Amino acid sequence: MIPDLGQASGWLPLFFLVAMGIAVLSYVVLDGYDLGVGILLNRATDEEKDMMISSIGPFWDANETWLVLGVGLLLVAFPQAHGIILTELYIPVAIMLAGLILRGVSFDFRVKVQSHQKPLWNFLFYLGSVIASIAQGVMIGRHIVGFDSGLLGWLFALLVGACVPAGYALLGSTWLIMKSEGALQLKAVHWAKVSLGFTALGIGLISIATPFFSPEIMAKWFALPNIIYLAPIPLTTLILFIIIERTLTTLSSNPQQKMWVPFVASVAIYWLSFFGIAYSLFPYIIVDQMTIWQAAASTESLWLIFWGAAVVLPAILLYTFYSYRIFWGKTVPMSYY
Amino acid sequence: MLDPMVLSRIQFGANITFHILFPTISIALGWFLLFFKIQFNRTHDSSWNQAYQFWVKIFALTFALGVVSGITMSFQFGTNWPGYMKTIGNIAGPLLAYEVLTAFFLEATFLGVMLFGSKRVSARVHTIATFLVAFGTTLSAFWIIVLNSWMQTPQGFEMIDGQAHATNWLAIVFNPSMPYRLAHMLTAAFITVAFLLAGISAYRQLRGSKSAANKAVLKIAITTAAILMPIQIILGDAHGLNTLQHQPAKLAAMEGIWESGSGIPAVIFAIPDQKTQSNLYEISIPKLASFYLTHHWNGEVQGLKDFPNKIPPVAPVFFAFRIMVGMGLLMLLVSWMARWQIYKSQDIKPWMAKILVGMTFSGWIAVVAGWYVTEIGRQPYIVTGVLTTTDAATTIAGGIVLSSLLMYLFLYIALIISYIGVVFYLAREGDKAPVSNTITSTSKSYAQ
Repeated sequence: MIPDLGQASGWLPLFFLVAMGIAVLSYVVLDGYDLGVGILLNRATDEEKDMMISSIGPFWDANETWLVLGVGLLLVAFPQAHGIILTELYIPVAIMLAGLILRGVSFDFRVKVQSHQKPLWNFLFYLGSVIASIAQGVMIGRHIVGFDSGLLGWLFALLVGACVPAGYALLGSTWLIMKSEGALQLKAVHWAKVSLGFTALGIGLISIATPFFSPEIMAKWFALPNIIYLAPIPLTTLILFIIIERTLTTLSSNPQQKMWVPFVASVAIYWLSFFGIAYSLFPYIIVDQMTIWQAAASTESLWLIFWGAAVVLPAILLYTFYSYRIFWGKTVPMSYY
Repeated sequence: MLDPMVLSRIQFGANITFHILFPTISIALGWFLLFFKIQFNRTHDSSWNQAYQFWVKIFALTFALGVVSGITMSFQFGTNWPGYMKTIGNIAGPLLAYEVLTAFFLEATFLGVMLFGSKRVSARVHTIATFLVAFGTTLSAFWIIVLNSWMQTPQGFEMIDGQAHATNWLAIVFNPSMPYRLAHMLTAAFITVAFLLAGISAYRQLRGSKSAANKAVLKIAITTAAILMPIQIILGDAHGLNTLQHQPAKLAAMEGIWESGSGIPAVIFAIPDQKTQSNLYEISIPKLASFYLTHHWNGEVQGLKDFPNKIPPVAPVFFAFRIMVGMGLLMLLVSWMARWQIYKSQDIKPWMAKILVGMTFSGWIAVVAGWYVTEIGRQPYIVTGVLTTTDAATTIAGGIVLSSLLMYLFLYIALIISYIGVVFYLAREGDKAPVSNTITSTSKSYAQ
């Protein structure tokens, strides 16, 4: 099933799978925190809402570009799978796009319309964030079960759909702990605590349910000696949850201590969960149907993109880092334009 | 009725129509902002800064709408046209990848610095950020026009087992229609923005604005339009001759020519009838089409009947072409008259201001009509001679496509109304808001 990786036709698809994985993971973490801020928006006062959105204002556009890169790499590196996956995901994709459109435009409309319309765009910002997160969860769920069309397959997808907003709210609230001060920061600590519980529940349920849909995934995880090698993944995740829980408790009394810990630990949980899913699915791009080598574009096209990516990606990382450095530290209230 | 192919075409058409409105503005408005910025750095005249501060708000709003509708498109390639990437993925893939890698991240990241960073970075870095955003939007236009032009006039590839494989990337990028389409589109973007700037500035002036910045922008916008309109007409003509050479069926549909022959008349108006393959109510000028297409009064021109089973829907192409040309001529007339008034009296007359307000978004109409000509004119193919639109379409049930289509249509219409409403609202606020405050504080930070 795995061809000779010494040859370009063998390792190039693998390279692009890793690149696509990094793009999707970057998207989930980066847009995750700003979607999370959107999900939490309805629980804040008007003044806090402005502050919350200011904290993500300079970044959301670039964050969303990772989604375009992720789906773009699927499209350019694995054209044979691209059509099948997106056809299967037609409905959740359409709903997600509607959510992302609403959220993206509300960013700008809410500060530019007559003041009596502002609550409407705030609400649409919240609504768009929630819709997009749920739809993304359903997409992940459908993909894990190999687009199983039975009732259980759909129930599983909806379960993941229900968990993702909690996971994003965790990223959003821990982001706000770093970027805000005073009452809003304390609120964010409280939101983080609540979403932490739901995120743990979600990850637990998904980890238990996934192997039941595919005997192959079950075998990959639970056969000896794999189960021993893989044990650090769930164990580290558990430890990270405990660390976040502990830090949040200290933060509610002393908000200046270790305020970056919950965010960094949450991101680490995402890395581990992502690795878990990737391990379960590999080498399939569509579970039990199509491997990455069957789906890959021609080797000469992949070479061309490879050289482009090799030159440009480091530059992108460099200027992304530069942009985060410019906006480092606590958010300044309403620093629009 | 619920043919998924037809519905997918309507949905993609609606999406791409909605999308193109916003990049058309952001491509050129970015360069105008850079111009305002450089003028301010050079002269320290606060009018230029006011112009920047006002128009950057509209830029941000426009950019956001372009981003979200663009994301929708990247997904619809797969959801609605699965056969497209399967067949030509090896060509379209790298081109789209280069667009994302070289342009999207650049513009999105530095947009953050441009919009929110003016107090956190030096004036020089802020100017560079503005430049990178403008450069990124233009670069992204380049890549997508390369791909679209290749779909119109494909070359530099071979078909192996039903899939296109690249043989010569230079030939793919510099395909025959690319330079013409790129020049025509970029000029269109600048003209669209010139009319937007002129329309909004005229609106503010009519409402009693005394802003020097507003007046300066009005003047620059009218001058830009007056210079670019004739250039655009020449570019359009060259593009048409290029189409005659490479896509004769499209050109015949634009001109409403059914029969091949020499000394072909130019059809001014008609209702093309696809069934009988003829024109109803035709008004035409003898021999003129032969003259401007071949530069001989008796030149040979191919008619649509020469392309059996490959005739695009004639009426939409024919009418869209006339709307584009008509709008172009009107824009030429208005921009020259307005420029004449400024030359005579340093200002435009109130009636001219009213006309400019009415034409604020006239560029959109011409641009969309132009894209309808080139896209519908390519039918029945999605990639000329390589892949038909039918073969690329989705197999999803029509009912599902219909529901997503209705959802998108509702969103798009609501958003266009909100966009136009907010642009005019910002224009009204532009003179009300106590701008002096923010200006002094930002001026200080520039001076540092």
